[in-house]
Amino acid sequence: MNTLLVLPIMVPAITGMAALLARNYPRVQRALSVLGATVMLGVGGALVYQVQSHGILAAQMGNWPAPFGITLVADHFSAALIAVSGFVGLAVAIYALAAIDETRERFGFHILFHLLLMGINGAFITGDIFNMYVWFEVLLIASFALLVLGNDREQLDGAVKYVGINLVSSASFLTAIGLLYGLTGTLNLADLSQSMQPVREAGLGPAIAMLFLIGFGIKAALFPLYYWLPASYHTPPAPIAAIFAGLLTKVGIYSLIRVFTLLFPNPGGYTQAVLLVVAGATMLLGVFGALVQRHILRLLAFLVISAMGYVVMGLGFFTTLGLAGAIFYVLQDVPVKTTLFLIGGLMERETGTTNLSKMGGLYQHRPLLATMFIVPAFSLAGFPPFPGFWGKLTLLQAGVAQEQWTLVAVALVVGLLTLLAVAQVWGRAFWRPKEGELTVLDALNTRILTNGPVVVLALALFVLGCYAEPVFSFARTAAAHLTDTGPYVQAVLGG
Amino acid sequence: MIYSLILRVAVRLLVPLLLLFAMFMMLRGHNLPGGGFVGGLVAASAFVLYALAAGVTRAREVLYVDPQTLLGLGLACAYGAGLLALALGKPFLTGLWLHPHLPLIGDFHLGSALLFDLGVMLVVVGTVLLMVFSVEDRLPGLVEE
Repeated sequence: MNTLLVLPIMVPAITGMAALLARNYPRVQRALSVLGATVMLGVGGALVYQVQSHGILAAQMGNWPAPFGITLVADHFSAALIAVSGFVGLAVAIYALAAIDETRERFGFHILFHLLLMGINGAFITGDIFNMYVWFEVLLIASFALLVLGNDREQLDGAVKYVGINLVSSASFLTAIGLLYGLTGTLNLADLSQSMQPVREAGLGPAIAMLFLIGFGIKAALFPLYYWLPASYHTPPAPIAAIFAGLLTKVGIYSLIRVFTLLFPNPGGYTQAVLLVVAGATMLLGVFGALVQRHILRLLAFLVISAMGYVVMGLGFFTTLGLAGAIFYVLQDVPVKTTLFLIGGLMERETGTTNLSKMGGLYQHRPLLATMFIVPAFSLAGFPPFPGFWGKLTLLQAGVAQEQWTLVAVALVVGLLTLLAVAQVWGRAFWRPKEGELTVLDALNTRILTNGPVVVLALALFVLGCYAEPVFSFARTAAAHLTDTGPYVQAVLGG
Repeated sequence: MIYSLILRVAVRLLVPLLLLFAMFMMLRGHNLPGGGFVGGLVAASAFVLYALAAGVTRAREVLYVDPQTLLGLGLACAYGAGLLALALGKPFLTGLWLHPHLPLIGDFHLGSALLFDLGVMLVVVGTVLLMVFSVEDRLPGLVEE
């Protein structure tokens, strides 16, 4: 059991290290990268299976007992996220074989990619708030380097904003941890959830909650702190942007849900109101941004923001149904966003432009790509039978149960506007006829490597949409464990 | 590279001393202030000093392996220290101890923490030298002919 919990961190770590030692042999590096990502997918699957059959798993690092050492915990939520990130990680690793140029490979793309996965998995699996901060730094450092890899002027411009705002986020997160530690004397999340009394007595609950909201809100790109995302995500090559869009904001949202459900289960005062307002504003402004964009990757970046609003809405209700909807939505949103960005990269490759107004003819000349685009795009807009529909349906049900009519209305309107945004992409880039043929630039080999992962991701999403029940019941169990923290605390602290 | 006779002569004395001191710092770090990180910085400063006196090309030759390889090996040592415990059926990163009785030295505590510290030291040396060498290669005035 112990071994399995360490693997999500150690597999990418060892892959990255081996890729570093093999840096002069690009072919070995590529093989290692795909091998490591494959093993990681297997580990993710095993973790989900173990959690499903044995309940929440915990392991004490270095054999130090629970509140003192660092604990790794896998509950349903984190295990599912690790499995999903393993899945998209493998898809992106394969896509990157064809889409990442040699210069970027030589400057350590494969190494940094696996370090990024290590940071993401670490943040998902740790049961210690300071350790979570450390994993955030690991994934941030890796993402900084991936963002500027290649040294384009545009990339540096995006990276400056990204680094700057993330420093603020880290500072806020660290301040909150410091305050918590000063008041309770513990950093273990399970132990913290038992010893929040001094914080409540000091009247600092809402203040610390807000500090966490700022810290994680910047990472999850929530209103009003999202502007760094559309400014930076379109600058790196498609595989890097895809893994950022698929997973980085999800780490922020995961931490937000984890911290709020464990430490602030019944937030007093303005916390809930703030969360709900933030959720509504994030949804609306994200989709407004997408509607006016003509740059395909920037448009998708705004849609990433809009989707985060739905998840925060599910958290803001503080009910099991709301959380179940939020978890299901996150789980399907990871492959949706990754697929969309990978397709965005392919659209750019095929047409030679990022400007939607200049694209065209993709439906006629690249029917496979067009078909693949439908799945994530309509999932995003919440069309049945795609998985986004089930997520949004559950969230709306939770909203109706809470009688949050304004937010339900906003969510419905945003769903409609999202449909409009993706329909614009469809109309401009795919349906609009274009004179002459699109030139085939890439060799067959390259085309298989780039289109293959996209096809697999889209098919997986389609199957998930038609057969959502197993994943949904898993999400419901995960949500039940988040509202009733008893089993989590017991798994970590024992007895 | 700085053309200075004083520095060149001094470096011959300082580099071995600094390397020795780095090893001392690392070994001392187990129970007292010091450790792999500080030791690594001191060891790296020895090579940086050498690079200033004799040039980066010469310093790279003296280092013998690439800084990146040092980084990788350091990570391998540190992970190895953690995985060793896992291989013996204990939780990851559990400290393991051997107590061999050595002639002349007497009772001796040998722990997997030492391997971890060695890893940290190699990573620090690798990182610092990677940065310094690549910057110094390009600094005007310090470029070798």
